[in-house]
Amino acid sequence: MAKHTAAYKVRGPLAELTLARIRELTREPEALFWVFVFPILLTAILGLAFRSRPPEALPVAVVEGPLAGPRLAALAKETDLKPDVMSEEEARQALTHGRVVLVVSSSETPGYSYDPTQPESRAARLAVDAALQRAAGRVDAFTAGSAQVTEPGSRYVDFLVPGLLGMNLMGTGMWGIGFSLVVARNGNLLKRLVAAPVRKSHLLGAQLTSRLIFLIPEAGALLLFAHFALGVPFRGSLFLLAAVSLLGALAFSGLGLLVAARPRTIEGVSGLMNLAMVPMWIFSGIFFSTERFPAAIQPFVQALPLTALNDALRGVMLQGTGLVPLLPELAVLAVWGTISFLLALRFFRWQ
Amino acid sequence: MPNPESALRCKDLIKRYGDTVAVAGLDLEVWRGECLGMLGPNGAGKTTTVEIFEGLRVPDSGLVEVLGELWHGNGLALRARLGIQLQETKFSDKLQVSEVVILFRSFYPSGLDVADVLALVGLEEKAGAHVRTLSGGQKQRLSLACALVGDPEVLFLDEPTTGLDPQARHQTWEIVEGLKARGRTVLLTTHYMEEAARLCDRVAVVDYGKVIALGTPRELIASLGAEHVIEFSVGEQPEAAGLHSLLSALPSVEGVAHDGVHWRLTVREVHRAVPALLAALAERGAEPMHLATHHATLEDVFMNLTGRRLRDG
Repeated sequence: MAKHTAAYKVRGPLAELTLARIRELTREPEALFWVFVFPILLTAILGLAFRSRPPEALPVAVVEGPLAGPRLAALAKETDLKPDVMSEEEARQALTHGRVVLVVSSSETPGYSYDPTQPESRAARLAVDAALQRAAGRVDAFTAGSAQVTEPGSRYVDFLVPGLLGMNLMGTGMWGIGFSLVVARNGNLLKRLVAAPVRKSHLLGAQLTSRLIFLIPEAGALLLFAHFALGVPFRGSLFLLAAVSLLGALAFSGLGLLVAARPRTIEGVSGLMNLAMVPMWIFSGIFFSTERFPAAIQPFVQALPLTALNDALRGVMLQGTGLVPLLPELAVLAVWGTISFLLALRFFRWQ
Repeated sequence: MPNPESALRCKDLIKRYGDTVAVAGLDLEVWRGECLGMLGPNGAGKTTTVEIFEGLRVPDSGLVEVLGELWHGNGLALRARLGIQLQETKFSDKLQVSEVVILFRSFYPSGLDVADVLALVGLEEKAGAHVRTLSGGQKQRLSLACALVGDPEVLFLDEPTTGLDPQARHQTWEIVEGLKARGRTVLLTTHYMEEAARLCDRVAVVDYGKVIALGTPRELIASLGAEHVIEFSVGEQPEAAGLHSLLSALPSVEGVAHDGVHWRLTVREVHRAVPALLAALAERGAEPMHLATHHATLEDVFMNLTGRRLRDG
């Protein structure tokens, strides 16, 4: 037999098991898409759809008549208004179709037609009335100073990015661990591994280790994109952000382990995964604030691990919250992670 | 007392799954350095017995000794001395052949060189191939490589050639024969009598969770008392009981079996039995059909013991 000593390097069992898991993941293009590309794509699309627009002038119509000229001139001085002269019929149609938000009549004392349920119409009424009163001789008692505030960090995309990061940590944590364990159980691989002289703590430890190694590029890619392409701020400590992400990933790995503890088939584990994840997609404030849910279900909403993770991520990223105010959220994550991990070990089906 | 010559030993082994008794008081002893085959139909309790030896299942009762030790705790030290091939293991499709073997090598404190094991099972050309691209026979040899890489004292092979084509089966047999030549202890289960006859020093015939015969293939066949088998059926069925006693009385016939359609005679000498058989049938006006003779095999041993064919079960 030919000797090829040292041709193959053999590391320790934990390192080899972790490496095998990382190879499986990196050689699966679809998994890479869902883990890395999809969250960035989703952030980009939603960020674009809900981007903040510069304030636009409000379109208003002035009905033709002897007074239309001076009224148009008075309104045109206002930067917030975009007036136009129309016939009475044209103006009526423009209002009903939303092309203008207010119509000024041609009568000697002006009358306004507008929809008071539309904030823009109400704003236009105030601006138009003030402009016409001023043109008719009213003198302002004072001119108020105004400072314009549009702060990064209060946009929708700023709210969205921590939520998407949380959602991604949940999805990859649960699927990444659950799916591979059930496939291994289904194909007798888990049984074969148990029959080998390898510690069960190494088998499960490798799943966790590879998960945490993957966390770095996964969270890193989304955060770098959000920061440099969309200007999402990191107000808090990056170290704390990393620690919160790590704890979140561990908590969801524990849940993934629990969900995958018994099922023998992919269909079985998929059902349980959805059962666990769908409530969090809805209630955990990924796309909108959890404050919109009624007070009666708030205890349930706040107890969900993804709610805790999203709140903690938003606190660190958007408000620059320190460690101490986040302790309740971190405690929720730690409790979920610990309990599900212990239950999973207790009920795990190795064959 | 543990016998130093005994690699595996079980006594009064019982294992139930619900109402089904998989192993019903099975006794077996495998000597160091021998290849013992458990031969029996599907569902006979072979796999359950092997998995109890492998420490994967706990028996309801009975004694189990592996290399003179009992299973307790995680059994890691004992596992390091065993090589195991399960009936079917799906290794990760995305890994390369060498990566799978390296992974298993990392579990053992000492063992064989990965390249040597790949050469041993004839997969050195496939070392860099992904598991997904392997044929059924190659996957089975990969599984064998993982069982061998820890240089085990005892090797368990559970139906190593089931589902393989004849060429892949012969390749596997050659590998196992190579291992036997190196003095390994092998416990093999199979429902192919040809496999048992070729590979095993001793064969334990297993049925309904018990060993019903044990010996070398030669001894088991000799226990039939005759080396040949004549099989036939008759066109119009004469009264069976009368025919049975008539056939038993024919010269050189040692045994007669009838399954309702076919007759099986175990005979010492074909050239004496066949003319007498033809004459006796002609005398009763019965025409023999599908008359065939062959050397007695382990299949005939099984049929003699159980009245059933191995593959039926």
